[in-house]
Amino acid sequence: MSNVPAGIETLDFSFSGSQPAGAFAPVLVGVVGSGNLEVMLETAAGTDCRVHVETSARGFRSIWQAVMDDFHVRHPLAGVRVSINDMGATPAVVSLRLDQAVAEITGAQP
Amino acid sequence: MNVRHWNSKAEDRAARLARASGALGTRLKGKCVDAEAIGALLEAVITPGDRVCLEGNNQKQADFLAKALVQVDPKRVHGLHMVQSVLALPEHLDVFENGIASRLDFSFSGPQGARLAKLVSGRRIEIGAIHTYLELFARYFVDLTPKVALVAAQAADAQGNLYTGPNTEDTPVIAEATAFSGGIVIAQVNEMVDGKTTTLPRIDIPADWVSFVVKAPRPNVIEPLFTRDPAQISEIQVLMAMMAIKGIYGEYGVQRLNHGIGFDTAAIELLLPTYGESLGLKGKIGKHWALNPHPALIPAIEAGWVESVHSFGSELGMEEYIRARSDVFFTGPDGNLRSNRALCQAAGHYACDMFIGSTLQVDLDGNSSTATLGRIAGFGGAPNMGADARGRRHSSPAWLKAGREARVGRSGAAGTPRGQKLVVQMVETFREHMQPAFVDRLDAWTLQEQAAMELPPIMIYGDDVSHILTEEGIANLLMCRSDAEREQAIRGVAGYTAVGLARDKRAVENLRDRGVIRRPQDLGIDPRLATRNLLAARSMRDLVNASGGLYQPPRRFRNW
Repeated sequence: MSNVPAGIETLDFSFSGSQPAGAFAPVLVGVVGSGNLEVMLETAAGTDCRVHVETSARGFRSIWQAVMDDFHVRHPLAGVRVSINDMGATPAVVSLRLDQAVAEITGAQP
Repeated sequence: MNVRHWNSKAEDRAARLARASGALGTRLKGKCVDAEAIGALLEAVITPGDRVCLEGNNQKQADFLAKALVQVDPKRVHGLHMVQSVLALPEHLDVFENGIASRLDFSFSGPQGARLAKLVSGRRIEIGAIHTYLELFARYFVDLTPKVALVAAQAADAQGNLYTGPNTEDTPVIAEATAFSGGIVIAQVNEMVDGKTTTLPRIDIPADWVSFVVKAPRPNVIEPLFTRDPAQISEIQVLMAMMAIKGIYGEYGVQRLNHGIGFDTAAIELLLPTYGESLGLKGKIGKHWALNPHPALIPAIEAGWVESVHSFGSELGMEEYIRARSDVFFTGPDGNLRSNRALCQAAGHYACDMFIGSTLQVDLDGNSSTATLGRIAGFGGAPNMGADARGRRHSSPAWLKAGREARVGRSGAAGTPRGQKLVVQMVETFREHMQPAFVDRLDAWTLQEQAAMELPPIMIYGDDVSHILTEEGIANLLMCRSDAEREQAIRGVAGYTAVGLARDKRAVENLRDRGVIRRPQDLGIDPRLATRNLLAARSMRDLVNASGGLYQPPRRFRNW
């Protein structure tokens, strides 16, 4: 979008989770490329699910909030840190990568 | 009492032919005109104010004649009324800038859309109307009949018979309208045959419809508009294609259909032999197509899914493949494709049970448009493909099912049993650069104001759209019973766009319970299974291999 200033925007979200993720090796899905993103999941102390986003597409905080709210409804994870490096992925791709990453730690079969 | 003269058109044609003969002298042999004499020919046969069709197709262009028309003397030839389906070349607008032409009736202006808008706002050009292809062809036979037609063909013989090659496209309809109403048909060709050592492979336009032929110095321009590189298809497009195949093609048993030209529908074509096969749908969907020869359809054809394909035009590189699969494509005794835009548009409108294609914007009534600010582009055939054929009377299971869904519970005229065409708009909720596909107000309304049009340029009207398919789900608009329901059905698949976020969540869940909205999980589709591995071809090279080496992509697509 042409009216979006250049540079990286940083966003942080935090949710109180009810499903302890337990111990797991860090998980990485996706790649940092145009229209795509990288999602990393790591264990964290406590019962929160903290999400850190670095995105090249500035000005979309409210959409990220809505995407993350829905993610938390689908997967109310506790004790997880989510790190996202985004290069302008659409919400559909963001949600897909998050679900793919969670499938790797919960072992859920697609 | 004045005696009415009843044969003025024939006499006018004879006079124009005589003027040409006098002006060209030895540069005219029979119907054959020397290339360097083309300007003299045009100045001899075209008079000021004539209606002229300069063959601009979606793909094939009469480019030599276009250049020649731009160069005629505006003092002798001016004020022309151009009636042509597509404005593709700069010359198609140059004739308005230099005063040779002043009025325009057309269907699609693709690459020239921005320049056309500037000329209109500068009052350099007067637009009669923006038509669909079928409308414009129809008006060729009513009140927009060309006086002079400038067409393109592959080859001619000395008598003036024309062979168009696979890109027949608009030529028959233009030549027929012109030739049978006292007009002049001039054809540029890539080669001349002498009728003895070389002959035409077949005759597409008979000689007595043709007044003059000229061998152009270079082959006519032709664009490969329907080639989509499978490497650019995304996982989300694969997901949407899975939803289309399972939730619409399979659900309705769609056997006769037309596809748009985008990557969304290319993904469907490439999923038929893989995902479609796994659902047991082979033979139950997708047998008959009104479609250009899309390279992406090769794997489905090779897997035995496709019984017939009739085409508007051809596609560069597909010639040998078509020749080798003549059971599937409409081919002449020479083995080459015979396309026909007018007849294929009629087939798409009346003989197909479904149109599915993409768009740029959808509003809360389901109106959709690809019109963007600062451009006057037209929609070509999309409004006829993407409209219920209200004159249709033959039935099919898909047509009847759609009609039942739209009429159940209704009475009177609205409830009278009949079928309905499936018209599916397939869009990701956000396009590239996070442009939302769902909007409260189409840009078409602003464009209407800018260009002083009588109506907003809407491509497909909401009351013709049966389904909207996004990555979030399928909204079945046939089953909506009020404007409010329709609005929530659309919001309910509009994802994280502002339109989608403003949904009434309870109403949307209610629509989902009734099956008006269906999510991937409602269809038994796990989005995590939507990977590019499902594509029957994942690259241009895969398409070539699937064709057994018969498909020869243009150089720009040879990326391996």
